[in-house]
Parts: sequence; C-alpha cells; structure tokens
Amino acid sequence: MIDQEKLYNIWVYLQAEPLFWLTLTIGSYIISDLIYKKSNLFPLFNPVAISVLIVSFILIIFDIKYERYFEGAKFIHFLLGPVTVALAIPIYKKWHLIILNSKAILISLIIGSVFAISITYILSLQFRIQEELILSLLPRNVTAPIAMGISEIIGGIPSLTAIITIITGIIGASLGVFVFDLMKLKKMEARGFSLGLASHGIGTARAMSKNKNAGVFAAVGMGLSGLITSILVPLFLKMIL
Amino acid sequence: MLNSIFTILLFQLIGEFIQKFTEISIPGPVIGLILLLGVLLIRAKYFKEYPSIENSLVNFSERFLNYLPLLFIPVGVGVVMHLSLLEENLISVISIIVLGTLLTLALTGFIMEKFLKNDNQK
Repeated sequence: MIDQEKLYNIWVYLQAEPLFWLTLTIGSYIISDLIYKKSNLFPLFNPVAISVLIVSFILIIFDIKYERYFEGAKFIHFLLGPVTVALAIPIYKKWHLIILNSKAILISLIIGSVFAISITYILSLQFRIQEELILSLLPRNVTAPIAMGISEIIGGIPSLTAIITIITGIIGASLGVFVFDLMKLKKMEARGFSLGLASHGIGTARAMSKNKNAGVFAAVGMGLSGLITSILVPLFLKMIL
Repeated sequence: MLNSIFTILLFQLIGEFIQKFTEISIPGPVIGLILLLGVLLIRAKYFKEYPSIENSLVNFSERFLNYLPLLFIPVGVGVVMHLSLLEENLISVISIIVLGTLLTLALTGFIMEKFLKNDNQK
C-alpha cells in the first residue's frame, strides 16, 4: 500500500520549492515543442500557447499562487534580457542584407509601428474599455520586458501588459502565415520583418523556425520596433490628450 | 561557451548601466544589443587580424536563440493573475489584439514587400 499521507507531505514540500516549477516549465515546453514539430510546425500548435495552457491549468487545479510558481520560473524569465542581447549576432551575420534594404526597413518600421499603436487605440475606443486597460494594451506589439517598461511609464498595469504581449505574439505567430498567404507575399524577408514588428519574440521564433533570412529580418523588426515604440507611445499619448 | 555567456551578460550589464545613468526609455538589454552589434561590426571592419571569440559567440547564440519561445512561458502564465479583469473584457480585448495584430502584419508585410530589393538569397 502506498502511504497517501506521506505522498501528500512530500507534495506539500515539493510544491513550495522552485525546483518543481522550473522542471514543470521546461517539461511542458519540451512536450509542446514536440507536438509543434510532429505537426510539421503547424502554426496553431504554437509551443508558447500550449505550454502556458498546461502550466496555468496545473496552477489553477492545485490552487497555486503565481508568485510561488514564479519563484521557480524566474530563472528562465531572467534569460529574456541576455537573449535580447544575443539577437545582435544573427543581425551581425546578415548585416549586408540590412544595409542593402535599409530604406525598406526604415519605411516599414515607421509606418508599421505608428499603425500598430494607432489601431490599438482606435479599436480600444470602439470597444469602450476602461482607460487602465487601454494604456496596458498600447505597447502590446513589442517584446515583454520593453512593453512592461513602457506600460509602467504611461500608467498601465505592467503585469497585464506582459500577458497581452504574449497573447499578441501567439496570435501573430499562429495566424500570420494565413494573412501572408492571403496577400500572396512572396519575400521571406518581408514576412519575417512583419512578424518581428507585430508580434516580437514569439513571431521571431516562428520566423526563425521556417527560414533563416525571415528569422534575421524578424529579429531586426523586433529590435527596432522595441526601440521606436518606447519613444512613440509616450509621444502618441501626449498628442491625443 | 563560458566566454560567450560572459560577453552577453557583460553587454547587458553595460546596457543596464547606461539606461539607469541616462534615464532614457530604451531598456537596458536593447542598449546591450546595439553595443554588441556595434563592437562586432567595428571589429569586422578594422581589426580583422586580431583573434576573437566570434565563432564561439555565433555557435552559442544560435543554440540559445533556439530556446527563445521557452523564455516567454513564465510571463505568459501570469495570465492566471488577471483572469477576472480579462474575463470581464474578454471579447473586447481578444478582438482588439486579433484585429490589431492581423492588420499590422498585413500592412507592414505589404510595404516591406514593395520596397525590398529582389536579390536577398545570400
């Protein structure tokens, strides 16, 4: 007979430890990534989406606070900073392509970023949501750490902005290909740049998994839009108020 | 590998320092990215004959970037904290995100395709 009380005590001990949540996070990613690869990179099986669903489900079922989960997950979360720095390397490797297309990049960057902010604001007014939520939504197309910083400056809720950016990334990464096919976009660089600008790291990861040039242009789009959006959003708010 | 890890952390640290020092709204890691890119480009242009850790940095970052999606999971799971606020506005928020993202993707992709050079297959 298994001693149930003993098992329960071990669980109580383990769920209070970072080790458990760190292992769970990596484990669910391995499973999600396997599903994604087995499905031949089918866009709707986005590994971030599936992992978040698995982990959130477990937290809700066992009534675990997010703070406790984050005690373990913070070791992975920390790597968001270094990985942003590491994006310098693929950009450096394809620097000649970026110089060659600098005009295209600059024009698309400015129009795309201004549009992303404006359309979010216009749609928010249409749906009559509260101001706090609008401010949390505005920087949604840039990578989580940048978006959280912007959200804090303009008076949004940073942790809510973080989730909104993840949802934006998942939507872009999983539905982008259908938009591009519908528009008959042939150039992988255009698809990649657009994914990086509109859906940051998660879109970039999708582009990298499909095509090397698309991946590089996605990294460029993500980096530049993060840069320009942190200047544009506060400016945009000053203009409309 | 340790050299690569150190280099990346060092550039992030310098980036964070500059961000705090100048109080600009660009996050530290992005400043680190720009500085590392600048150093790599300057070395490739003027100091090619000196030994560097470039190859190991390229190998390391390629492997590191493979795990990019994993790094978004901890933030994503934060959704459990905001379930009630999101639930109240679920249809609005999802509509804004979906419409906004798809329209941005379409417009940016369209403009980029128009202005891109044709010979990028290198």
